Parts: sequence; structure tokens; C-alpha cells
Amino acid sequence: MANTNSLLEAKPPWGKEDQTWAVRQRQQFEVEQLLYAYVEYIDDDLLEELPQLFTEDGSYQVISKENVDRGLPAPTMGCNNRNMLIDRIISLRNANIFSEHAYRHVLSNVRVKAVEGDELLVQSNYVVTATRNDGIARVYSTGKYVDRIVFEDGSPKFKQKRVIFDTHLIDTLLVRPL
Amino acid sequence: MSTEVPHAEKPAQALRVPYKAFTERDYLELEQDRIFHGKVWAYVALEAEIPEPGDYKSTYVGLSPVIVTRAEDGSVHVMENRCAHRGALVCEKRHGNASSLQCVYHQWDYNLKGELNGVPFLRGVRGKGGMCKPFDKSQHGLTKLRVATLNGIVFASYSEEVEPLEEYLGPVAVEIIKRNCRRPLKLLGFQRQRIHSNWKLAAENSRDPYHAGLLHLFLNTFGLWRNTSETASISLDETGRHCLLRTETHADEEAAEHADQAQHAYNPDFALRDASVVQSRREFDDNINLVVLSVFPNLVVHQLGNALSTRHVIPISENEFEMVWTQFGFVDDDEELEQLRITQGNLIGPSGYVSLEDGDAMERVQRSVTHDEDTKSFMGMVDQNTRSMDYFATENPIASFWRYYQEVMGLDSEFDIPGQDLAAAGSR
Repeated sequence: MANTNSLLEAKPPWGKEDQTWAVRQRQQFEVEQLLYAYVEYIDDDLLEELPQLFTEDGSYQVISKENVDRGLPAPTMGCNNRNMLIDRIISLRNANIFSEHAYRHVLSNVRVKAVEGDELLVQSNYVVTATRNDGIARVYSTGKYVDRIVFEDGSPKFKQKRVIFDTHLIDTLLVRPL
Repeated sequence: MSTEVPHAEKPAQALRVPYKAFTERDYLELEQDRIFHGKVWAYVALEAEIPEPGDYKSTYVGLSPVIVTRAEDGSVHVMENRCAHRGALVCEKRHGNASSLQCVYHQWDYNLKGELNGVPFLRGVRGKGGMCKPFDKSQHGLTKLRVATLNGIVFASYSEEVEPLEEYLGPVAVEIIKRNCRRPLKLLGFQRQRIHSNWKLAAENSRDPYHAGLLHLFLNTFGLWRNTSETASISLDETGRHCLLRTETHADEEAAEHADQAQHAYNPDFALRDASVVQSRREFDDNINLVVLSVFPNLVVHQLGNALSTRHVIPISENEFEMVWTQFGFVDDDEELEQLRITQGNLIGPSGYVSLEDGDAMERVQRSVTHDEDTKSFMGMVDQNTRSMDYFATENPIASFWRYYQEVMGLDSEFDIPGQDLAAAGSR
């Protein structure tokens, strides 16, 4: 049985060498919290909180499963660093014009697939419904997140986030992070 | 005493399009017959999507499912994606590679040119059953469309009478296609958009220079719009069905001013933190930084900086269509240029900084015109004698589209074509 104190004190990053049950539980908890914060900030329209979940050089890419399967590089939304993600949010708030809609994510299947040095490779499933001002909730997009998560000052952050959407038909437009 | 500036001397003109053209199924059915199966060349693919023998793509001309193939001898073919037997889709996948096209239902087998290879149990089994005689395989292939390509863009037509492709396109469109696709293409990706509106709203939208600076506010907001350093130009072909919108910028200022604008925007709160989305490398011999070439009926050839693409309009129903953006570069692009194209891809497509509003705008029209279908739009910025403009506040290209549409559809008195003065058009 792991010593409770040592579990609480265990500090990231955790390497391949240390994949004890306690460590794995802790990893699962941390990555889930990061992912839940990510979707909560989008759904509750707290977009300005989103960039802090990324490292400064953290990339964010929304790309269709079709393009990934065919080995094609062009994403729908591609932020090469955190500043570009900030620009997306500022543009949404101040420049872009679109009809009202609210997202609600359902997230599941969160799994740490690998630990590569400092990075946790994490995959999860999402379904996003969008409710427009007609009040009807429709499935807007479903797919998976394939993320590389690292720890900065003890907090988990996305170093690379890829939203790979199965629903490769974008319904009308995509302006909000997915 | 009025101090108003008098109106221009040319007579007031207006175009009024009845909204039922966007909402009634009858128009869609007639369009199938008179347009998509008529004397047009319809876009179906880039050759770069079917580079190898055996490659195929399934797509649509209007509502009709078609297959685009590369045969063993390297030739490109387009045929209906409907088994000659009982009508099943022959190719269900969007793309693939096969040595023959076989319908899964009864294994009727076609070669890559759409000709029937064989039919199982043609002669029955042990003398019983089998196909009626005589059975001439050559009469039971997949319905072929004519194919023409230009610089790696594949067009197809149902018509035996349509003029040759380059004549159909006209000299301006041919020049632009040869410019934008001047070397062998390399696919970078697909973006697909489902828009809940009639497909003709997309035809209007790409021919609408008026809305660009008013709906797409990204460039204005971030202080990147440089009206003084750009010249606009619009040209219509002889028939008025195709439209080229382009802007040119002054190349020696371009790189400096974009970097400068990003730092010193009109409102410092709205400076881009990372201006790489708008930093392009000069790759053409001219100063044109924006091209929107609308080719009737279903294609837009697009350039924005280094982001090159085609847009394929696919009607689904009278109130829904799909827009497929195919992003490409050239096979000999260096890695940095390819990366520039991908980064600038953020400007275009369904989440494009300067394009995302279009999907919503088109839907806003459809949502409101679904009832009261006898009402009409009003477009007064029309001068029917002008095919060439160096100003953006014009609705000539849209009017030209509708004039051509009206003629090709045989709808003589449906639309109020320019020439009626505003007073007579009244308050309908």
C-alpha cells in the first residue's frame, strides 16, 4: 500500500521508470482535471481562461479525421503557439460575426496512453452539442483529443493539443475552440 | 434648397430576385436539368486527388453522384456512380484505389473507364436462369460524362454541345487558373462545410465584393486592412456567368506594412500577438494578393496570400448544400512555403478568419425567406453595361449571375432584370 504522504508529496514530472499504481492514479486525476477545465472554459464561455492551460509554445490544432487518415497536414484551425490561440479568442470576441450558439461537451474515455520523458500522451473522446437560438441541441461535432501534457510549476498544461474530429462536415462554421 | 449631391447620371437600375428561387424544390429540379446536366463544365476534382492509376474519388455534379477515376493508361474519367443493374452506388468510399469498380450488391464489375467487365451468372447455373439474350455489355456500362482538365483541375459535363473548356471559361478565367495552378499541385487538405441554405446563395456570395469589408471584420479590427495600398478589380466574362474579383497590393511595402500594422493597430488592444497568419511570401510574378474566381456553376478558385484552394459547391436540397475547400500547394514547395500555406489556412475555410461569417450570412437569408416566398430581394448597385469595375460597391456580378441563370433556366419574366427604373419597381 502506498504511503499517503508520499503520494501527496510526489511531484511531477514522472518518467517511464515510475509507473506505480499511485503514480498512475495521480496522472489520471491531473490530466482529467486539465481536460475538464478545458471543456468547462469553452462551454461556460470563459475563453479568456483557456490560454493559461497551454504552455507558451503549446500548439492547438483542430483537424479532420479525414485529413489525418490521408496524411494531409492542413488543419481547420491551427495555432502554432499560445499567442495564436489568444488571437483566435480576441478575434472571436471583437472581430468575427456569427450567430449565437452554446456548446456543451461530453468528455469520456480519458486514458494516458504513454509516458515519454516529461510528456504524457493522453487520448479522450468528446461529443459537443451546439444549441442555437432556436433552442434545439444538435450534435455539432464528435471526435477525439490527442494531447501531450506536461507540468509547469506543478500544474498540468497542454504542450500539444489536437482535436481530431470525425464529424468532418463543419456545420455552418467553426469559430470557438473545440 | 437641397445640398444633396445629385445621383449619377446613368438611370437607376435594380435587380429583384424572388426568394422562391432559394426555397422551392421545383427550381432545384429544373437546375439539375438545365444547369448541372446542361451546357456547363462542372468542377469535380483536382488531378492531385487521383494521381495513380486505379485512384478514384466519389463526388457530385449537382445532385448526381459521380466517380472520378484515373485509368491504367493515365487518362481521367468521370462517370455516374450508379450501377447499371439496379441503381446501387458503385463506389461508397470517398476515395480509394481499385483495379476495377465493383458493385457490392451483385458484383457487377466495371473497368476504370466505366465499361462493364462482367456480370456473375450471366449464363445461369447448370443451364437454369441467367441473363436474357442478347445481352450487349457495351450498353450496360456506367453513364459517362465528358472530361476536360486545365492545369490539374478536372471538369466534367453531361453535354455533348457545350463549348470546349477554355472557351467556356473565357480568357480571364483561363489565365487565372494557369496562374494559380502553374505547377503540379500537392494536396494539403480538405475542409468540408454543411450550410443550411440554397446553393445559389454561395454563388451570390463569391460574386459579392460589397460585403467583404463589411461582414469580414478581421482585417479591419486588427488594423490590417490597407485600402490605400490595394487596388480592387472585378471582371465578368462575356456571358456574365463567371466573375473574377482580385486585389493587388504594393509588393515593396507589403511585408513591412503587415508587420507594422500588427504592432501598431488602430486600437492597440486589437493587435495580433502573432502576425504569422498574415505574413506571406511573394510567390507570383504579380502583386495580386487576393483572387476569388467564380466559375459557373459550382467552382471558386481562391488565393489569399499563399493560401491556395478550390471551393466546390454541392447542392444537397433546396435549403442545404455542402462546400468543399481543397487546399493545395505545389509539389516543389519548400518546407517553409508549405508551412506558410498551412498557417495562412487559418484565414480561409469554415473557420477562416476572413471567411467564417459567410456560412452564417447565407443561413440568415434562408432562415428568413422560407416564408413569404413571393417577396423579392432588392439590389440597386447595378449598372448592366459594365463588365469591368475597379470599385467594390457594386452588385453587377450578382446581377450578371442572375441574368445568365434566368436565360439558361428559361425563366423569362421571373426576375426583374436591370433596366427597370426604381420608381416602377415600387415597394413590392
